[in-house]
Amino acid sequence: MGMTMTQKILAVHAGLPEVKAGDLIEARLDLVLGNDVTTPVAVHVFEKAGFDRVFDPEKIAIVLDHYTPCKDIKSAQLCKTAREFARKHGVTHFYDVGEVGIEHALLPEKGLVAPGDVVIGADSHTCTYGALGAFSTGVGSTDMAAGMASGKNWFKVPAAIQVVLKGRLRGWVSGKDVILHLIGRIGVDGALYRSLEFTGPGVASLSMDDRFTIANMAIEAGGKNGIFPVDAKTLEYVGGRVSREFTVYEADPDAEYERVVEIDLDSLQPTVSLPHLPSNTRLAAEVAGLPIQQAVIGSCTNGRIGDLRIAAQVMKGRHVAKGVRCIVIPATQEIYLQCVKEGLAQIFVEAGCAFSTPTCGPCLGGHMGCMCEGERAISTTNRNFVGRMGHVDSEVILASPAVAAASAIAGCVALPE
Amino acid sequence: MVTGTVFKYGDNVDTDVIIPARYLNSPSAAELAKHCMEDIDAAFVTKVQAGDIMVAGWNFGCGSSREHAPMAIQASGIRCVIAASFARIFYRNSINIGFPILECPEAAAEIAAGDRVSVDFDTGLITDETTGKSYQATAFPAFIRRIIDQGGLLPYLKAEQEAAKHA
Repeated sequence: MGMTMTQKILAVHAGLPEVKAGDLIEARLDLVLGNDVTTPVAVHVFEKAGFDRVFDPEKIAIVLDHYTPCKDIKSAQLCKTAREFARKHGVTHFYDVGEVGIEHALLPEKGLVAPGDVVIGADSHTCTYGALGAFSTGVGSTDMAAGMASGKNWFKVPAAIQVVLKGRLRGWVSGKDVILHLIGRIGVDGALYRSLEFTGPGVASLSMDDRFTIANMAIEAGGKNGIFPVDAKTLEYVGGRVSREFTVYEADPDAEYERVVEIDLDSLQPTVSLPHLPSNTRLAAEVAGLPIQQAVIGSCTNGRIGDLRIAAQVMKGRHVAKGVRCIVIPATQEIYLQCVKEGLAQIFVEAGCAFSTPTCGPCLGGHMGCMCEGERAISTTNRNFVGRMGHVDSEVILASPAVAAASAIAGCVALPE
Repeated sequence: MVTGTVFKYGDNVDTDVIIPARYLNSPSAAELAKHCMEDIDAAFVTKVQAGDIMVAGWNFGCGSSREHAPMAIQASGIRCVIAASFARIFYRNSINIGFPILECPEAAAEIAAGDRVSVDFDTGLITDETTGKSYQATAFPAFIRRIIDQGGLLPYLKAEQEAAKHA
């Protein structure tokens, strides 16, 4: 029987001729990732179990992105623990304030993930790298510790859902609308334990930034991973970034899918997720006029240059509405610099936005934009759970950069003109 | 085998409500346990007793990969979570820290808050002593049982490494 793209990558990394859904396998890892929240727990577990060396300091990435620049004394202690571990073990890919970016934008940008890789990260949005045709999945701190100690980890081979994309995106519709639409259709556990295998003639028209956004939110449908085929755009993206050899895998024609979901890109419209689940989707037009007090544009989902170009295009020459705080956060230093070079930074500042150094901050109610009781934000981030961005009685509406920027200008949920 | 009083929750209990991110600046399980579930059940931490059991609906533990979530539940005194289904990272994390969790949709639907429930981890048998009904959860595969028996993934790995050294 044929294998899906995910299954092929896992089989090769497990040293097996074939695997099937449900198999428990042990697979070799190409990269193990942690951040300032999850690494300290992994360090504790690693040391408590008596391990004293990492399997390969070149294949570990530690990215201090969540609460940095440190928001308080406790988070400074977390960073210190991660920093000292990285130094002690000679971890090559260690990123601290000044060089750091949001991990899932940073790792692809630095060429640390290649097509065909197996990557685990102690952060749920590690599934982002599926955009590059890699198998990547979020795990916990103990999995990170096990990966650092042994270079391997256990996996249950996932069954698959095939998502067939047709047509191409129109107007202000973006990758964010594609993934919110999909989650709205299949639910927050619609892909539980499964891989989301994106395919179809519509893939070619999607930019890499759109693909990163889509793969990033596979977890919001419960997915183990989301994965895209490797095409000319992927190869162009990794060319000049990835300096090692890699293998491109394709799904077998007779691969088995539990379910096939078709999405007609032509017919998609700007979509938002209302509180308190990403699956609670509506067309943005249906909820236009809903007042907001905050707009956040950034994150591992939508903090890439393509996202910020769209937001700037909407905001150029306009001003954020009175009573709205708009926070724009480029995901990496390279993107930040690009925003400066292209004049996007000026557009945001002149529009009355806070323009910040890279951080995950507001997405998880960490810092740089926590909300109090009764406030509502529109945000290009990935989760709108109860209390996600601050007070338990605050609300988050998930949206694309275009819709978030237009809403910041209007003072309520709005569509770009 | 454990017996405890049930705390019951609904579907899609996410890791942001199990342990809100505002407390993730501490990696200490005891510190995290003080805030466990507080955004959906502020009284939980004052009522939970060592040995109690948590029962919930579909997709328990969805959201972030924070291992702090099962750590906080475990350190609060809860000995086992029974749910209709678990989000996959939460499922891995629980096994990896040696915290037993059982998938059983029937038990999750029928067991009520405050019931006395006993769980036999060897057989997967769940008994609601208040109603007298029993439920059979799927037992863990042998590989996962070995991880739980060793007290988690890292002790398991270490034991394997030591065994290989002496082989």
